[in-house]
Amino acid sequence: MKVSESVLFDAPGPKARRRVVIVNIIGLLIALALVYYLYKVMNDAGQLAPEKWAVFGKGSIWENYLIPGLLNTLRAAAVAIVTSMLFGFIFGIGRLSTNKVINWISSIVVEFFRAVPVLLMMIFLWIILARSGIVAPSDAPFVAVVVGLTLYNGSVVAELIRSGVFGLPKGQREAGIAIGLTRGQSLRNIEIPQALIAMLPALIGQFVVILKDSALGYIINFNELLFNGKLIGTGNANVLQALVVVAVIFILINFGLSKLATVVAGRLSSRGISAGKPLDPAVPVVVADLNTTVPGGNPKG
Amino acid sequence: MQGYLSLWDEYGGQMMSAFWGNLQLTFWAAIGSLVLGTILALMRISPVPSFRAFGTSYVNIFRNTPLTIIMTFGVLVLFGVFKVQFSSDFNLNFFQIAIVGLTIYHSAFVCEAIRSGVNTVPLGQAEAARAIGLSFLPAARMIILPQAFRGAIAPLGNVLIALIKNTTVAVAGSVAEISGLMKTMLEFRADVGILIFLTIAVFFVIVVIPVGVLTTYLSKKLAVAR
Repeated sequence: MKVSESVLFDAPGPKARRRVVIVNIIGLLIALALVYYLYKVMNDAGQLAPEKWAVFGKGSIWENYLIPGLLNTLRAAAVAIVTSMLFGFIFGIGRLSTNKVINWISSIVVEFFRAVPVLLMMIFLWIILARSGIVAPSDAPFVAVVVGLTLYNGSVVAELIRSGVFGLPKGQREAGIAIGLTRGQSLRNIEIPQALIAMLPALIGQFVVILKDSALGYIINFNELLFNGKLIGTGNANVLQALVVVAVIFILINFGLSKLATVVAGRLSSRGISAGKPLDPAVPVVVADLNTTVPGGNPKG
Repeated sequence: MQGYLSLWDEYGGQMMSAFWGNLQLTFWAAIGSLVLGTILALMRISPVPSFRAFGTSYVNIFRNTPLTIIMTFGVLVLFGVFKVQFSSDFNLNFFQIAIVGLTIYHSAFVCEAIRSGVNTVPLGQAEAARAIGLSFLPAARMIILPQAFRGAIAPLGNVLIALIKNTTVAVAGSVAEISGLMKTMLEFRADVGILIFLTIAVFFVIVVIPVGVLTTYLSKKLAVAR
């Protein structure tokens, strides 16, 4: 990425450097004007009043709302990550199967759940689970969030595994067959482990999606971070401040995970494994986190 | 069967108009985020460090924020606190706020999609542009971006698919759209609950799968032969 960026323009000479400084200053002035405007609007609406922000210095707010909310978010995300991996393995292998029926069923399941909005699944599961009494009504939102996330993200993981295996050199499978492994054994012992390593950055990117989408639980009354944040906001008349705090927490966690994905991709490519390679650019695989699927690859493909 | 048919009598029109709302959200937000995303991508590859820093921070912030927060922010803060009124019509106003929210969120992904398209452009193209004396903006406009867009069709298609599905989150922004309607329908007609879900799911499948097939086709057809 760095290569293609720096080649778009010459190393700036004295004249260009001066121009860059001027443009920088203009940019800074525009930014300052925007910040001032924001300040004025917020101040006029009384949103900068210290008492609206000071609430977040109190331990009780963190103890009673933010930390329990964050724990619920993390709990839902953690369970969903494990179950999506399981789901993805089963249907990823299913799509690689030579058995026509299994292949067919897996393809339909994966394509269906990738095309349907997660929120629809969550709302449906929430209402149906709560009504039918399969789970306690108080658990229904949590189960709906986890299952909804699993169905969608599991399907994406299945696609990742499939495209990862397709991206491996043919010799891997041939070698497996040559030493007398069955198709399934060669898949499990030789191909999928390698595919997984190559897809690791994209997988971590998918974990960011899971964490972000767990906030959809807010809509179905799952008491996760955003839900509790809104409770703080309505209770203390500081919705803006509460949402900003919640957003910052989400951004920090997700940014950390994204950085991890980039670091892992860098490590892998230094070991000669290209995480970008197994992806056929024409096959839509990763919907949300595009950056991690193309980590610093050589632009001369 | 009888129950399912009566469902259509009762809710058929509402489902169509609600889903039409989702499609309209998609349309306007797609245009908005394509424009904003292209500007951000230009900033991220520009020679001016402060623009690059702005583009990078924008992408890092909004790509990592849940869309639900942005939508909630729109209705509770933009409307609730700052009384933002794009339109005097109550429903239209929420609809427009939702478009703004969807645009802000998806521009970050469009920016990254275009940047990945820029990565498919061989170095020689940029070098040639410089060699004939083009400066950054003309080179970007005439040489880099046209090829980058053609290389970015597949990831842009992914963003469009994500956008279509994400319009359901507009329910958190008080917009009358299909997921809110589905909730109402499930509450009143639990007898055909699974059919309600499958029907509305099929609406999305019908729109999303052709978009996927079309962008895959276009990305192959329009790929720059190298």
